[in-house]
Amino acid sequence: MKLLTGNDLATGDVVWWTGQDWSRHVEDAVDVGVHGEAILRAEEGARRVNVPYLIDAEATPQGPRPAHIKDRIRALGPTVRPDLTLKPADADAGAWVI
Amino acid sequence: MYVYDEYDQSIVDARVEEFRDQVNRRLSGAMTEDQFKPLRLMNGLYLQLHAYMLRVAVPYGTLDSRQMRMLGHIARKYDRGYGHFTTRQNIQYNWIKLADAPDILAELATVQMHAIQTSGNCIRNISSDQFAGAAADEVADPRPWAELIRQWSTFHPEFTYLPRKFKIAVIAADEDRAAMRLHDIGIQLLERDGVLGAKIFVGGGMGRTPMIAHEVKDFITADHLMSYLEACLRVYNRYGRRDNIYKARIKILLHEIGVDAYRDQVEAEFAAIRELGIDPPLAELERITAMFAGPAFATDAPDTVDRSDPDFAVWLDQNVAAHKQPGHAVVTISLKPIGGIPGDASADQIDLMADLAERYGHDELRVTHAQNIVLPHVRKADLHSIWTALRDAGLAEANLDLISDIIACPGLDYCSLANARSIPLAQKIGERFAGRQRELGELKLKISGCINACGHHHAGHIGILGVDKKGTENYQLLLGGSGAEDVSLGKITGPGFDEDGVVDAIERVTDRYVELREGGERFLDTYRRVGMQPFKEAIYG
Amino acid sequence: MVDPITVNTNAGETLLRFRDDVVHDEPAVTLDAFLGQTNATAVRLEAGDDARELLDHLGQIALVEISFPTFRDGRGYSAARILREAGFEGELRAAGDVLVDQIPHMRRCGFDSFAPEKPIDGPTLTKLLALYPQPYQKAADARVPVWKLRHG
Repeated sequence: MKLLTGNDLATGDVVWWTGQDWSRHVEDAVDVGVHGEAILRAEEGARRVNVPYLIDAEATPQGPRPAHIKDRIRALGPTVRPDLTLKPADADAGAWVI
Repeated sequence: MYVYDEYDQSIVDARVEEFRDQVNRRLSGAMTEDQFKPLRLMNGLYLQLHAYMLRVAVPYGTLDSRQMRMLGHIARKYDRGYGHFTTRQNIQYNWIKLADAPDILAELATVQMHAIQTSGNCIRNISSDQFAGAAADEVADPRPWAELIRQWSTFHPEFTYLPRKFKIAVIAADEDRAAMRLHDIGIQLLERDGVLGAKIFVGGGMGRTPMIAHEVKDFITADHLMSYLEACLRVYNRYGRRDNIYKARIKILLHEIGVDAYRDQVEAEFAAIRELGIDPPLAELERITAMFAGPAFATDAPDTVDRSDPDFAVWLDQNVAAHKQPGHAVVTISLKPIGGIPGDASADQIDLMADLAERYGHDELRVTHAQNIVLPHVRKADLHSIWTALRDAGLAEANLDLISDIIACPGLDYCSLANARSIPLAQKIGERFAGRQRELGELKLKISGCINACGHHHAGHIGILGVDKKGTENYQLLLGGSGAEDVSLGKITGPGFDEDGVVDAIERVTDRYVELREGGERFLDTYRRVGMQPFKEAIYG
Repeated sequence: MVDPITVNTNAGETLLRFRDDVVHDEPAVTLDAFLGQTNATAVRLEAGDDARELLDHLGQIALVEISFPTFRDGRGYSAARILREAGFEGELRAAGDVLVDQIPHMRRCGFDSFAPEKPIDGPTLTKLLALYPQPYQKAADARVPVWKLRHG
């Protein structure tokens, strides 16, 4: 599957395209299929998200898992500061990244 | 320390307003990201993996307790309670909102700080020796010269869109504690016939093509320093490569045209520029130098220290250096606790270090290029009190220049350029060697998470470079680098490793070193004597 | 002068000028063409051209146009200073990808005319030009550096 991601222009937060809007949670991301480029251009024009780009991901029962470790770290947060990730209470969250 | 006058303050204040306006234009859509990016970078604002990152300048690594407390305040109010001290003596915050950046700069300006030119293709923060003004071996304090260069380079109208970034370091001792010859321009102050002047090295740098700077000017006095630097930069601005970002640093220009041709071109420019009256009068250097006169030291401070507490004695031997003033010492506070994140300090730790500087250290702190903090002027009689306070705050790791005193870039945990994580590796190495690091002696280990080499891996006695090998993290090992006065570039041992594999390989290297070392040899000395082969055999069998 | 005069040229360009003489109407020729036919009075320098090649001819040149192929290419700043340092008093025009935030630095390097590809917002420029009370360093303009203010 293909996901569309970027960083929120004002806050810098990592965000994922949900089909209508942007979410901070990769679980909300949808497969943009062949429409990625068109959505990317429209959203870039709307200026809400900084440098949006398309990535490959795998559909899993827990939700989309980005193919590259860099995007998995983006999706979770720094592996060396679990307290600052999006899942501070989940001790296994780091294993999802590696 | 340098103290702003009304002119300095008005310039920094104007910068805050300029950036506020630029941010507003970006948020309103009047500017594209492509147009905004170089402007935000020139104020140290990056977009990293998780958020914007703001790099705040600590000119030549010197700050007072009020400034240090402001760094803690910013960590608390605008970030997530911590900051990261960098190899260029700056501090960066990892979780900044674009809309907050102008307010942060406004707060910094109230304590004479800023983020000017901490990134971008311009002249960056001037770095220096963290022991400046305290070191027994310096011919002069290098910081007045660094401040003179800071002012000259700030918003330099001709050199704001250089081919690539430009880093300058100034030292004034034979021992190089600032990796001077790995800078685009390295300046070493020295005295000749009773006159203070500068030897100029050009074309050093790390990155993907590491090079050691060449001497291009034997001696230049302060009255023509700016003309000379202007000539150096002009030749680079005109002829540095702009067709390939990876070949755009000045080191590549020198490599391609040769040192002699570069020197000739600079001399021709210099001959013209020196007549233009762009050099400040010597009175300006004297004005600045007077502010660095240093504190009034107690002349009767006792020179002996009670070493009866064994933990304290270990720290004393490892992290405390000689001061030029009897009864005084230079303390290095390690930001490398075993298992911690190299260079990170919490807001509370930052405040504590500020308190110690104010109470015991003539109100001065330094940031080192090895990502530690220095209290440059403390009385020996206060060392135990300082150590106790540091220990209670988790800041008393006695590992200066040992294998766990690791320089590491933020790596893939934070950085959008990284290929591999650096910090978890630093943590594993620290944990593996904590018990025997003193036995191994001075061993500078440096980790970069990509070939841009922010973690100085080329200059590590042991260096590690993280790469992306088909989507997984892989680490190459280098041996034999040095960023000090015995500068050299490390060589790759051979095929790379995974994270645990590289820690094992380092253990085999250090075991072999212990077998081979003679007398008081450091790892680097042994390596230079015996070469790569014995270590290769130890690693790869 | 503090604020520019906006001029529309015959060629359809919009110029921002910080000079009040008449716009030079001879089209600029390339450096090669200029050096080959010495009666031209307007020259266009591409970013990689050596401005020093003009130094023997400055007396006959009324306009030098310096090209900025992208705003990131800073070679033109040095070209401008070289010409001003050699005493050139004619019009020095920055043409191409010139952005409003760059114009204050360009003014300091000696440019006194601008032909930006995209329109420049006048109020923003006015604000930027007045922003910094004094510069740290001496450049090709008349602004007095801080060290001179400190020491006279």
